[in-house]
Amino acid sequence: MNALASPPIVRTTCPYCGVGCGVEARPDGHGGATIAGDPTHPANFGGLCSKGSALGETLGLETRLLYPFAFGARTTWDAALDHVASGLARIIEQHGPDAVAFYLSGQLLTEDYYVANKLMKGFIGSANVDTNSRLCMASSVAGHRLAFGSDTVPCCYEDLDEADLLVLVGSNAAWCHPVLYRRMLRARQERGARIVTIDVRGTATTEGADLALTIRPGMDAVLFCGLLVHIAEAGAVDRDYVAAHTEGFDAALEQARRIAPSLCTVAEKCGVSAAEVGAFFELWRETTRVVTCYSQGVNQSWQGTDKVASIIACHLATGRIGPVGAGPFSLTGQPNAMGGREVGGLANQLAAHMGFSEEERDRVARFWGSPRIAEREGLTAVALFDAIARGDVKALWVMGTNPAVSLPRADDVRRALSRLELLVVSDNVATTDTISSGAHVLLPAAAWSEKDGTVTNSERRISRQRAFMPRPGEVMPDWWALSEVARRMGFGACFDYSGPAAIFREHAALSAFENDGTRDFDLSGLADTSDADYDALEPIQWPVRGDTPQGQKRLFGDGHFFTSSGRARFGRIAEPALAVAPSPRFPLVLNTGRTRDQWHTMTRTGLSPRLGSHTVEPFVAVNPEDAARSGATNGGYARVTTAQGSVVLRVVVTAAEPKGRLFAPIHWNDETAGSARVGALVHAVVDPMSKQPDSKTVPASLEPMSYRAQGFVLARRRSKLPGDTIWAWRAIEGGYVAQVATNEAFTRLLDAMSAASPSAEAVTYLDRSHETYRAAMISQGRVDAVLYLGRHANVPSWETLASAWGSTQLDRAARRFLLAGRAVGGDVDVSPTICACFGVTSRAIRSVIAEGACTPDMIGDRLKAGTNCGTCVPELNRMIAAHAAAGEQMPRARRLEAGTARPASQ
Amino acid sequence: MNEPLVVVGNGMAATRLVDELTRAAPSRYDVTVIGNEPRVAYNRVLLSSLLAQEIDPEALELKPPAWWSERRIETRCGRAVVSIDRCDRVLTLADGIRLPYSKLVLATGSLPIRLPKPGMSLPGVLTFRDMADVEAMQDAMRPGARAIVIGGGLLGIEAAYGLAKSGVGVTLVHLVDRLMERQLDARAAALLKSAIERKGIEVLLEADTARIVGDEKATGLELTDGRVLQADFVVCAVGIRPQARLARDAGLEVGRGIVVDDGLATSDPNIYGIGECAEHRGIVYGLVQPAYEQAKVLAQRLAGDHTARYMGSAVATNLKVSGVDVFSAGEFLESPTADILTLEDEGERIYRKLVMRDSKLTGAVLFGDTADASWYLDLIRSGADISRLRDVLAFGPALAQAA
Repeated sequence: MNALASPPIVRTTCPYCGVGCGVEARPDGHGGATIAGDPTHPANFGGLCSKGSALGETLGLETRLLYPFAFGARTTWDAALDHVASGLARIIEQHGPDAVAFYLSGQLLTEDYYVANKLMKGFIGSANVDTNSRLCMASSVAGHRLAFGSDTVPCCYEDLDEADLLVLVGSNAAWCHPVLYRRMLRARQERGARIVTIDVRGTATTEGADLALTIRPGMDAVLFCGLLVHIAEAGAVDRDYVAAHTEGFDAALEQARRIAPSLCTVAEKCGVSAAEVGAFFELWRETTRVVTCYSQGVNQSWQGTDKVASIIACHLATGRIGPVGAGPFSLTGQPNAMGGREVGGLANQLAAHMGFSEEERDRVARFWGSPRIAEREGLTAVALFDAIARGDVKALWVMGTNPAVSLPRADDVRRALSRLELLVVSDNVATTDTISSGAHVLLPAAAWSEKDGTVTNSERRISRQRAFMPRPGEVMPDWWALSEVARRMGFGACFDYSGPAAIFREHAALSAFENDGTRDFDLSGLADTSDADYDALEPIQWPVRGDTPQGQKRLFGDGHFFTSSGRARFGRIAEPALAVAPSPRFPLVLNTGRTRDQWHTMTRTGLSPRLGSHTVEPFVAVNPEDAARSGATNGGYARVTTAQGSVVLRVVVTAAEPKGRLFAPIHWNDETAGSARVGALVHAVVDPMSKQPDSKTVPASLEPMSYRAQGFVLARRRSKLPGDTIWAWRAIEGGYVAQVATNEAFTRLLDAMSAASPSAEAVTYLDRSHETYRAAMISQGRVDAVLYLGRHANVPSWETLASAWGSTQLDRAARRFLLAGRAVGGDVDVSPTICACFGVTSRAIRSVIAEGACTPDMIGDRLKAGTNCGTCVPELNRMIAAHAAAGEQMPRARRLEAGTARPASQ
Repeated sequence: MNEPLVVVGNGMAATRLVDELTRAAPSRYDVTVIGNEPRVAYNRVLLSSLLAQEIDPEALELKPPAWWSERRIETRCGRAVVSIDRCDRVLTLADGIRLPYSKLVLATGSLPIRLPKPGMSLPGVLTFRDMADVEAMQDAMRPGARAIVIGGGLLGIEAAYGLAKSGVGVTLVHLVDRLMERQLDARAAALLKSAIERKGIEVLLEADTARIVGDEKATGLELTDGRVLQADFVVCAVGIRPQARLARDAGLEVGRGIVVDDGLATSDPNIYGIGECAEHRGIVYGLVQPAYEQAKVLAQRLAGDHTARYMGSAVATNLKVSGVDVFSAGEFLESPTADILTLEDEGERIYRKLVMRDSKLTGAVLFGDTADASWYLDLIRSGADISRLRDVLAFGPALAQAA
């Protein structure tokens, strides 16, 4: 046909994890797009994981926020922005700049982040800008800054290809960084690299490891202190390197010896056999090319910074930092947590890897032309929401994140949010737990497919996210909304950006401003990027200086660090312990984390049927012994309670979960499930350095729950189910399904469904003594919703309804058997009944007429039709006459049909 | 000369008896059928359809005249039997003719009930039982005319529908709080009410007739609550009464109807009773299907099979209103001991209720879709164990057979 009709491919970057895979999007012109990996992108070379591959299924507008809202009513951008600006100005005027705050997201683009950070720190004059990255990698940042004097990831992905030993600490990379994990598997295949995992539970990653150490929660630093001691005792310390490029080694070793004096102590503290510990130590010591990757299992701890320090210490002691195939490697969780770190979008940084020293503040203020630069560090996430709860912070602007789900003590966060004088939420979905906590102003933000800017991945690689879909409704980029608020607050001259390229140039220029090699983060080579060059920008790793215009793969190869002395520092590590010890009341230790195919709070992945099928509902994993002790059964429900809150989850009994521990995924929330907001369980204990919450070791109890009825709901749209009901939506073709358990009466759920489908007609099936209750809502011939409830074993699978669910116009048979609880296939005769006495259908009658019955008596002899009350005899006569008339008209055709239409039997 | 067998009554039961008997014992009896309607037997069940002008009068014919003559059946129409002489086994007809019998079958049917209220015998108060009643209604039907039908049972609803379909403005008054209360539960009755209201019939429930209004002829009806309804004519369709006068006069045992045993014999072993006039095991049936079942058993008996027994019928009701399919059989009310399934499609106006006891189906009410009625009726009659079918029972035989 027309070759020109083929839509252009847009090269962009995946919006999920920190791997930062290149994506090729080919819009279909109908609101969708075909998604493929970008074969030229150095992060993934064409590969994508399940989540990335399913991006095309997440582009619908069903859940989107498309227009500004104020106080529940749609409004104009002008009015909404006026409200935000005047609200912020009023509160600053009355209570000072620290009474307002921004809470940002690792999903924002660098340009959005930059403008937000600049407005708050340089113009409002407060450093109350924090981000969900605080929950994700703050301990890595703190560990880096302590050790290196800068937040620098020394390694690059090529090191994974070049290493002989890959150690994964607190990382389920097989699920959470799948493309990198595949790269590691390739290294194992191609160069015999070995993979060692250090984790507190069995995962897909530990299953594939050459050596898997299942340690006690919180004991990572014991293991690495032990490794440091082992290195020292084996004479494997690179004395020259340590002497030339580090400081604090002796004290660190002394402390390590206190914590981990012997292999036996390490084994005992970690709960691992001495043989396994010894095997790991020797492998690590003997392998020069070792990359120690770590992720949330390290970061999300009240001693996360220490854990990072303990890992870095081993690399520093052996000089294994900087050369090819060696180094400590933080695998970032979010697509642009790194970009946020670069602009300084964290409350304890100022901007562009600069802090709050007088000199740095002055430099940044001069660069920005700030009327009022933040004087000190601002409130980090947990402290920020505490301040909101106290009433100290009165206005909050949340962008692209959902703190009511993700923060520790999430129930308290919800309450705190409801106290705000001004809660502004910029998001691309219309409903979230944060929005429902009392947002005053909603600003419709551009979503991934509409965004234009840059993100930075785990290896410092800056990649473009390019828009490939038009912005729907009145959606706008976040940088635009921020700039407009800045203008309304009187700072227009400093926020007069023509587009993301202009912001990027300024960001690059700030990184270069009075840098002269004093700061690792330096984009001086990109400060003059033209709009066209920005559009065409290829993925590039910072620093990008005049002397490294193509960027730089690795740092610290020269042994120079960004501390005041230029030397790397060994950290001082405290005795590892749990923040809160288990108690008789909360005897188990709850770990929280991800599932393979969902991302954060599921606003995007929750829309994909493909991704919904891997883990269908929220669950708690428990060891068989703990399950037996508590009475919980596999497939049943249990209440998980901590000192902070409780949820009810499906129980998965598995030996992969060690004794004494629980695991529950973080993704579900009040929009997607009935009682599964796991953030509400997490305590608000934070790392003293990084302020990152301790999300993975919360003492908890497990109590089995039983429900009067269980079953499922199918619905075209998600809604909240009423009362004492457990549910969790997952996407399927054409809508959502939720497994349901409830103590509510069937009629209460039915009423909720009717309310959700007001124009629909109900079909109901009730078998009270068997406690079987089923209902369907049908709207214009199409199934709108279905509810099946019953005793557990009695409820058929929703898949029996798949065909009816997929139908846009139910036929008679499908509608009739909708609630039958089984797939009805084949040829079911639902033609009208002619003889009511004997239930003879018109199809049966026509068939005997066609076979030669030409009087009612003949029909009666064959089918009994018409032989009782005789009411249908006139109808039988009409049918006989109609057949005769049709036969006269086309006898030839019929004969032909009869002679030829029957296929040969098979 | 064969044994003379006389059948009194020329209705559907009599016709079926003759049909069955001439098949079972073609030449054993000389059969005479005496009827007081001036025509050979016709399908009374179709009177509603005839009234609704959905069929022609010819469609009511059960058997053509040749059928009777081929079987050498003597039919005497428009003749009333006035007495039975059981000693001499002779009947006396109204015209004085005496007719001997060896075996006598009473199939005298029933009479419509007129309420014992003032004015019920006025001209313009009609009943709905036979062809003459239909003709009387047809005479009274003019577009724009107004009629009141008393009785929200099967017959009343069918009469109301037939009239409404001809353009008559019909008000149906019914004593109790729901239609067809002897066959339907509240839900099915409510669906039925709205279905016939959509046919243009006004339905007044809990409406107790005080009297017929009118001097020379009926001009309306007054309810006990004082409301007066205007009408050009009134149809009283409140029920039927077995026609047992002849039997009673002959000294046969009569309860509500002529008492018969399982062999359909009355208290006189040479006299039998079938159809709506008979009372079997205390039950008087008012439907055609038990009559047919009785006719079949009696034919077997008369043909010499003394083992043939009639054990009673599990009756089912089908409402014959076009587009309003209603079926009811057996139990239909909630009770603490009944185990009940319901299936309802609000949009399609389909409702099913199945009542079970001890893993047996004991009742079914179907509204809107009666396709599976006979299957349910078979299950009720057979008393089969339905535990294995239970999960698909409400969805009918198509699914049960696949199960």
